[in-house]
Order: sequence, then C-alpha cells, then structure tokens
Amino acid sequence: MTESTKRAPAAGRRVALLATCLVDLFRPTVAFAAVKLLEDAGCHVEVPVQTCCGQPAFNSGDRADARALAEQLIAAFEGCDYVVGPSGSCIGMLRHYPELFEAGSAWQVRAAALADKSYELLAFLVDVCGVEQVDAHYAGCVTYHDSCSGLRELGVKAQPRKLLASVSGLQLKEMEEAEICCGFGGTFCIKYPEISNRMVSDKCASIVASGADTLLAGDLGCLLNIAGKLKREGSTIRVRHVAEVLAGVADEPAIGDGE
Amino acid sequence: MQLTSPDFPRNAAHALHDAALQRALGNLKAGFPGKRAAAVARLPEFEALRDLGRDLKNHIIEHLDYYLEQFEASVQRQGGQVHWARDAEEARAIILGICQRAGAKTVTKGKSMVSEEIGLNEHLAAHGIEPIETDLGEYIIQLRGEHPSHIIAPAIHVNLDQVSDAFHQHHQQYGKHERQTEPRALMNEAREILRDKFLRADVGITGANFCIAETGQTVIVTNEGNGDLTQLLPRVHIAITSIEKVVPTLEDAATFIRLLARSATGQEISVYTTFSAGGRRAEDLDGPEEFHVVLLDNGRSQMVGGEQQDMLRCIRCSACMNHCPVYGAIGGHAYGWVYPGPMGSVLTPQLVGIEHAAHLPNASTFCGRCESVCPVRIPLPRLLRNWRAREFERHLTPQGYRFGLRAWAWLTRRPALYCGLTRLGARLLRWLGGRSRRIRSLPLAGGWSAWRDMPAPQGRTFQALWAERQRAAGMEGKR
Repeated sequence: MTESTKRAPAAGRRVALLATCLVDLFRPTVAFAAVKLLEDAGCHVEVPVQTCCGQPAFNSGDRADARALAEQLIAAFEGCDYVVGPSGSCIGMLRHYPELFEAGSAWQVRAAALADKSYELLAFLVDVCGVEQVDAHYAGCVTYHDSCSGLRELGVKAQPRKLLASVSGLQLKEMEEAEICCGFGGTFCIKYPEISNRMVSDKCASIVASGADTLLAGDLGCLLNIAGKLKREGSTIRVRHVAEVLAGVADEPAIGDGE
Repeated sequence: MQLTSPDFPRNAAHALHDAALQRALGNLKAGFPGKRAAAVARLPEFEALRDLGRDLKNHIIEHLDYYLEQFEASVQRQGGQVHWARDAEEARAIILGICQRAGAKTVTKGKSMVSEEIGLNEHLAAHGIEPIETDLGEYIIQLRGEHPSHIIAPAIHVNLDQVSDAFHQHHQQYGKHERQTEPRALMNEAREILRDKFLRADVGITGANFCIAETGQTVIVTNEGNGDLTQLLPRVHIAITSIEKVVPTLEDAATFIRLLARSATGQEISVYTTFSAGGRRAEDLDGPEEFHVVLLDNGRSQMVGGEQQDMLRCIRCSACMNHCPVYGAIGGHAYGWVYPGPMGSVLTPQLVGIEHAAHLPNASTFCGRCESVCPVRIPLPRLLRNWRAREFERHLTPQGYRFGLRAWAWLTRRPALYCGLTRLGARLLRWLGGRSRRIRSLPLAGGWSAWRDMPAPQGRTFQALWAERQRAAGMEGKR
C-alpha cells in the first residue's frame, strides 16, 4: 500500500492536527504517532502551518496577544471537520477561545465553532471515532499520569486506559495520586521553581513507588518536567507520550534518554 | 496582621525547608481529601446539591441588598442589633465600642476568620481588653503568637511537641507544672483552663457561617462546643461576619450545611450546628442579654456585578486548599495574609489590593483540582486568571517576564519566521544535548535546570519533517 492510498479518508473525517509547539520542537515522534493513530481510524490528516495556541499569553493575563494567536489559529484550522491534538492542555486552550472575544461578535462565533470541534487525541479516537483497540505491542509495565487539563477540563481518564489495555505485552500499574499535578504548570515552573520542584519530586516518588518501568502521559509539558526530574535523579524509568506506545512507534529513545 | 504576601517566594522557600511543617502538611494531604471523597460517595445527590448551592448563592448575590435588609429587620424583631461596617477599621471600632460599653475586661472568642481579617485581637488588646481564643487550634496559635495557617484547621502547621511546649510555657501560671505529651491530657488541660475563662468573660465574640434573613438567626458550625459556651455564657454576644454570608431561609441554610461539613472534613454534619436568635427572652433560663451582629463589607460589595463576583459564593469550607498541591507544598502562612490557598489567592488581592498580593494569583499551576471540589462550583482558576489579566494591564507583571512574553508572542505571530527559528533551535538544543540527549544547565531557565535536566529535542521540527513527507508523497504520486 502506498502512502497516498493509505491516507485516503475511509470515514471521510478531515482532521487538522494541532501538533502543539512543544511536540513540534521537541518530539516530532509524538505527532507522527498521532497521525498514524488518526489514519488507522480512517481519518484524513492535514497539518496547517502552526505556531502556538496562545496559552502562555492567556494564562499570563496577556489577553491581546492571546486573542491575536487565537485568531491566527482559528483562521488556519477552521476549514477542517475536527481539530485534534496530542495534548489536553492545548486543546483545553482552544476550548477557552470563545471567552477571549466579545459575546456575539463574528470572531466569537468562529471561536465557538472551533472549540466545539476540537478534541484531545485519545478522547477523539475513543469517543468520536469509536476506536476500541490498537494494533501495538509494548514490552513493559507502565503507569499513567493524568495530566490536569485533559483530566479536569476535557474528561480524559478512561480513554487512554481503554486503549492501553489493548496493547499486547503491556501491563498497567496505577500509581498513587495519578491525578495530582506534576508541578509543570507552563510558566509556573519557571516563576516558582522551588514549589514546582517539590511537586515534581512528589510525582516522581509516586511513579517510582508504582514499580512501573515506564511512565506515560498525554501532555509533553508534563512529560518533559517529569522526565527531566527522573533523569536528574538517575532513574532508569522510561518516559513516553502515550501516543508513541499506542501507535507502536516506541523505537526512538524515550524522553530524556541517551542513545 | 502584617501582610507578607509580597514576600511570597521567600515565605514559600522557608516553608519548603521546614521539616516539621512538611510532616504536618503530609498529614493534611493524607486526611482531608480522602474523608471528603468518602462523604461525597455516600451522598448520591451531592453533585446536584453543588448545583443548587451555586444557584442559590448566585440568587442571593444578585439580591444581596434585599436579603441584608430583611436580615436586619428580623434581628431587630428579636431584640438584637445589626451594625454595618464598611471596612476593617469601622468593624474594630464598633466591636470595641460594644465591649467598652459592657465594661469588658476579657472576651472569649469562637473561631472567626473575619475577626482575623479585621485584626480584632490586636485591637482589643491595645485597648486593654484581653481576647481569649477558645477553639483549641486557635487557642494553641494564640499562645504561640501566630495566625491561622488554614481556615478551618488553624493550627494544622503545629505538631504535638510544639503544643506541649506552648502549654508547658503558658500554663505554669495556672499551676500546671507538668509537661503533658498525650493529646487527651493536653486537651483536658486546655479545657480546664478555658472553662474558667468562659465563666469570667464579659463578652463573647463568634463568627457566623450563615445569617438567615427570614428568621434573623446567625449560625455557627463547629466541632468543639466552644462556640456555644462563647455565645451563651457572657452577658453580651457579638457575631462578626461578612455580608455575603446571608441566606434567605432556614431551608437554604440547611442546603449549605449539607455541603459544608462534607466538603470540609468529610463529616455529614459538624458536631455542633448552633442557631442564635437574639438575646435572652424573659422566659429563657440563660443566654446573653445583648445580641449584636456586625456585618463587614470590606470591598465585597464592589465585587457584585464584576468579573470576580463568583468568589462571593464561597462558604469557607477549605476544600480548595485541602486539595491544592501548592498549598500542600507550602502551607498557609506562606501566602502572607489571612486567607490562604486558592480561595485566598482570589480574595486577598481584592481585600488588600492586587499591587500588594501580585504573587498569589500566579502561584497556581491551574491544575483545577480546587474547582473540581468546590461545593458551590467557584471557577477558581478562571478568577485567578482574571487577576493575572489585571496585573498585566497595570504593568504589575515583572518586567523581564513581560518582555519575554511579548517577544515570544511577536514571534509566534510570524509563522514563517517562527518555523525557521524553531528549526534552528531544535538543532542547536539537540547538539547541546549530545549523546545523553539531556541538557543539564540552560541559560535563562535556571529555575528549571537547578532541579531537572532538560530533555533535548529530537533534532528536526515536526513541521519540517511533515513538509518533507508531503513532498515525497507528492513525488511518488506523480511517478
């Protein structure tokens, strides 16, 4: 099968992939894993030119820049049937877009339309595409960190676990306090590094105590934070985005691991 | 109390290195959330009750003037008096005036965060009136010369050893020379000493969790019974509370009581829920001769109709701080004023001015756990974000941070330039990572690299790789 026939839209869903700025810069593997999972679910994937969703501006109180970035992203992405991203945090930001604009304005209507069709990757695969299982193998014992925005703003909890259960060779061991924040918080980790460090230390202790050899999560911000801490502590626990394991592309070195 | 919120980072660093405090916070995290979750699990309609609580509070706030006037009329009907205090200074003056007219030498106090907000104890003491805290936690921190670090568990930061020390030091004057170390013995000692204080107090001051407009009652929700002795035994009872505590009916108070203890301590109902309706009547055997309610505004009425209005729904249960990972890391004193945790980080800037509390709304990862447990569904992250927007507008955001943010925003609005620079950045950082693929020290990100490595990028940006893949697929298609 050639690339072009493989990507023919089976269910006719045109999905614009929001790779997210962190994945774009740090870990393209995650975006390619997302593309594979979406294509396997019968979607046609497009990648509009993109920079950032504007969340750092929004969460820093810079409404004008947040609005400008929202307009840029809406214009680039609104032509597709769905916007899907491998991040609860960035998709959560897209769901906030309508609050940036005056009620009833043309931009607010467009923002609301975009928010309505924006989905976190795993929620989209399970809840919209009806994916029940993936065709992947992973030899390891994993534990799953529930990233805050995905969990509490978008209700992502059961979907990753459902799909992970279908990965052959994979055993899931839940950690204590999987739902507690890892302390990343975007710019929080730079503004209040000592508090952030305490939070990520507690998170790493929960991960180590779980006995798992791999930590998975759905947001690269959390993963860079946790991997950075685990590696500084000398841990051998592998850290990966959940999409890498589900797509069966976990051959690249794990996050923060050497060659 | 002295405001130390501007020193938040230093306060937090101090707290993180306080081993005793960290042990105490570990107990808090292990206790309250689990108890709340169990209580919520036992009440199937809890989520619907939260909706009801939110809607009721919204209705009250929209008709605040009406219910406050109704409450005043109802209190007067029972022979009590309502005093309106615009700010802390007025509230202190009103309470001091009542105490002085009563010829008070000592006043007993039930637990009240509003009395902390107005700095009542210091004011009374400065005018020769001895305030005696009777809630055990409040009593302990009063002996230690501290302020509450939590709104319902004020001495949560104090360990048993420290309580023993405080009692041993301060109870010698009552002939208690033996240093007690068992919780039960310590409690009995405090009870014995406080019993005498209750009997000798001239005025009793309590807070009020609710003020019921239709009946003119104030309600306190407690677990120790000290509030009842405080308000029943002295000749004068003063309830000090804030205007948003008014509820229309007894039935409505019951709704909030069902939410409050479950959210706070995981109890279905607190040990004591006490309704006070005016002073002693002719046929009553006991009760105070005078009943005063002091209603504090202190900037709250300005929140009505504004973007922070939802904060007025707060019923002071403490669930937000009990579930907050930042509070759990640093405790309440680091926040630097009366109200800590997420609710405090929204309220404190309102009450003391955002320019004096600029750190507080920023000291959150927006993890949203606070909002997910709030019994009246206050969107706390959104309200914190609103404060950040006010700070940004008023140039209170640190200049370096502001500059970095604006420069980044400028770049992200130029996709071609952004994509070019990130391609270079990905290569540069990949090179810095070397064979370990980790960067141990990063310029401009010392806060990160002091405690963590920075995983290096894979080397190419996704968009660059995707464009290549598209070109390859296109060529294959043409072949």
